[in-house]
Amino acid sequence: MTTRLRARMFAATALLVTGCSTMGGETAEAPEPSPSTPGAAEEAGGEVVLVTHESFHLPEKLVKAFESESGYDLTTRAAGDAGTLAAKLSLTADNPTGDVAFGIDNTFASRPLDEDVFDAFSPTLPEGAEDHVLEEGADRLTPIDTGSVCVNIDRTWFEEEGLEPPRTLDDLVDPAYKGLFVTPGAPTSSPGMAFLLATVAEYGEDGWHDYWADLIANDVKIVDGWEDAYYGDFTQGGGKGTRPIVLSYDSSPAFTVPEGADESTTEALLDTCFRQVEYAGVLAGADNPVGGQAVIEWLLTDEVQSALPTSMYVFPVSATATIPDDWAKHAEQPTEPLEVSPEDIAAHREEWLTEWQDITTR
Amino acid sequence: MAGHHHALTRRLLTLAGLAVGPVLVLGVFFVLPVSGMVALGFWPDGAFDPGGVLEVLARPRVHRVAWFTVWSASAATLLSVVLGMPAAFALHRLAIPGRRLVRAALLVPFVLPTVVVGVAFRELLGESGPLGFLGLDGTPVAIIAGLVFFNVAVVVRAVGAAWESLDPRPGEAAAALGATPWQVFRTVTLPALRPAVVGAASVVFLFCATAFGIVLTLGGVRYATVETEIYLLTTTLFDLQAAAALSVLQLLVVTVLLALAARLRAVPDPSAHRAVVRARGVRVPDVPAVAATGVLLLAVAAPIATLVAGSLQTTEGWGLDNYRALTTTGDDGALLVPVTEALVTSLRTAVDATWMALLFGLVVGIVVTRRSHTRTERRVRSVLDGFFMLPLGVSAVTLGFGFLITLDRPPVDLRDSALLVPIAQALVALPLVVRTIVPVLAGIDDRQRQAAASLGATPWRALLTVDLPALWKPLVAASGFAFAVSLGEFGATAFLARDERPTVPVVIFRLIGHPGEMNYGMALAASVVLAAATAVVVLAVERLRVPSVGAF
Repeated sequence: MTTRLRARMFAATALLVTGCSTMGGETAEAPEPSPSTPGAAEEAGGEVVLVTHESFHLPEKLVKAFESESGYDLTTRAAGDAGTLAAKLSLTADNPTGDVAFGIDNTFASRPLDEDVFDAFSPTLPEGAEDHVLEEGADRLTPIDTGSVCVNIDRTWFEEEGLEPPRTLDDLVDPAYKGLFVTPGAPTSSPGMAFLLATVAEYGEDGWHDYWADLIANDVKIVDGWEDAYYGDFTQGGGKGTRPIVLSYDSSPAFTVPEGADESTTEALLDTCFRQVEYAGVLAGADNPVGGQAVIEWLLTDEVQSALPTSMYVFPVSATATIPDDWAKHAEQPTEPLEVSPEDIAAHREEWLTEWQDITTR
Repeated sequence: MAGHHHALTRRLLTLAGLAVGPVLVLGVFFVLPVSGMVALGFWPDGAFDPGGVLEVLARPRVHRVAWFTVWSASAATLLSVVLGMPAAFALHRLAIPGRRLVRAALLVPFVLPTVVVGVAFRELLGESGPLGFLGLDGTPVAIIAGLVFFNVAVVVRAVGAAWESLDPRPGEAAAALGATPWQVFRTVTLPALRPAVVGAASVVFLFCATAFGIVLTLGGVRYATVETEIYLLTTTLFDLQAAAALSVLQLLVVTVLLALAARLRAVPDPSAHRAVVRARGVRVPDVPAVAATGVLLLAVAAPIATLVAGSLQTTEGWGLDNYRALTTTGDDGALLVPVTEALVTSLRTAVDATWMALLFGLVVGIVVTRRSHTRTERRVRSVLDGFFMLPLGVSAVTLGFGFLITLDRPPVDLRDSALLVPIAQALVALPLVVRTIVPVLAGIDDRQRQAAASLGATPWRALLTVDLPALWKPLVAASGFAFAVSLGEFGATAFLARDERPTVPVVIFRLIGHPGEMNYGMALAASVVLAAATAVVVLAVERLRVPSVGAF
């Protein structure tokens, strides 16, 4: 009796397992062959694999349109952050996991370039994109989007306190703003690293150490990630934060417009910005390099460029793309962001991070 | 003599036959990738140059990081054991109403994404939180509290499973002879539980020593552990030599620890009687244990309550808007798939990871617990036992990148296989499964199997009638574990998950990584849903049981 019961139970479990397993689902969810669309490019076809980071995302409608127009099946393999992506591409340089990569930014560009990860490909750039090409590697990496890391302030908080808000990096070490600033740390966070680079650009390779020592003296709070700073400590983060100055993005004010209001409750300080540009490139040794080129050209179309703000929280590089109304109204881009060249970043990253850690954990 | 020799050879062959499957899997999915990454450090430009690695080990920063890792993980382990033992007793031995629910609830922290828990902890401990006056935000105390929060369930479950099937009669006899409850515990119960306690503690230590997100979130940038350092060295600095050095250091420490644990686990009489015991009513001497369990429950509930409260907050006060939004793709379609769909992916992956972990776990358990006839045999078994614990003690970053560079060519071109995620999760869950079932398996008297065999039972039938009844409860407990590990796993999953089918933790991470009116609330709501789903599944699994076979 008990044996039979057990047998039945095993059978039931086996059924459950096969029914619920990912493997069971595999066959059911295998991509159907895309219906042959009349007018699809005839020579094109097959799978094209895009390797990218976890923040990559585009509306399904655009992906479908690309697939039916080009005849390719686009497979996206998105995982890890920008640093992980750069390391991944560099480690697999001789045997890439895809055909094209998106998401290498100017702070990580030189490593994969040095490892010969990319093949040469220079598509016709849309108007405006020319401003963002790399000095070295322009023949291999195509700029796709840009976003700046800027100090943000809670305007309502400063109004209520009757305190004039800070405007520059210098202001952040003013005792009037003691204990009000929170930022993610440079070793653990990509915006944190961008902020360190902003201070390097502003105060020079010899001056930024003193600036950071002053920031520490002014009770800056350094946390792990952007989300900790914004949602945990910032007064407009929706949580119980107590600090009205936070390191965030130039686009962030577009997300803090109260319903029915005209103005955002926050503002990005445009003199404190470091610009990050994200690039795409065809992978050397790709199975489908032509497909990879098609993907890059597609990323530069106005349709995709216009979808970037809502899908990936970044600005398009194309001047002809349209950006959403609330972005146009509330998210202002810096005209003269602080800059450090990718070569300098690559040459000094470790040294700067080590020195930064020494100063901040003293 | 020849016959004896023949029997021994057969035994060893059976042992090898059983072990070959799991060993092969671990070889391909663990040894190969980790050696691949470590080799990159030792052969920086294709030529063997260990100097760079050795130089790294001499850095003062590396010493600091290693020391902090060891002491914080040790403190968290000790605390988890001290807090977990009374709860293991109360929830597995006493007939407390709703104990099954409480047991399932205690597993919830296990699946919560560390980012979200980090924010919840900081809402409690932060500058304006209700516990802010303690000034713990960003201190090692906060990190240790976080580690205990995540891991205390391991002790409760693993020790509880062993306690549950412990024969109560020796204790009762001691009590009848005049021993106080404390004396009974110290001289009778604790020695019998030692394998389970040491096993659980070593698993907790490995989890703590390789914790990643919680250390970063609660410690700020001030405290680095070996794990966070390997991540930084590999992804940000691309210093593969230093990363390899730390990986080797990690492996060494873990191996020493496992050897130590194996020694401590050994008990004079491994065949202490096992029985399926009915839970008894609460008596006066049980009050401290029950009270301690209550306190533990409160401590675990506080951060979760913050989460739930946060998830119910909307722009117009309280409401379910965040939950309703989970069936959509978020503000402006920020998500690729609705959280509901991600939950289906998560559950499916978890089913795969669970059966894999259980299957391997059972085989490993049987291999390492069968009575050894020679010293060599015993040694082989104990080395195997430790070998299967190793994946827990090694950096997920090293393993993840190792996958990429070693499993990239036929015959094992698996970099993009959908199976990689459940396999990685099963490897993480395997030690938990092994540590939960081994103490019980080891406790089954081999003479029972011999008796069954001499009565004509096949080995398979002996397994079914002798081992399974005693094993059922720990097996159920272990599957709950494996399921929870899989549902909550983020590191390997985020590294390997293909974007088309993200799991819930991956979606939560995406939500919380961007500004947006509802993103934070939705991330909290998704965490609550994930936690509830885990509790429900674990509860349902625990209902599966064989009809009581009674005490022997």
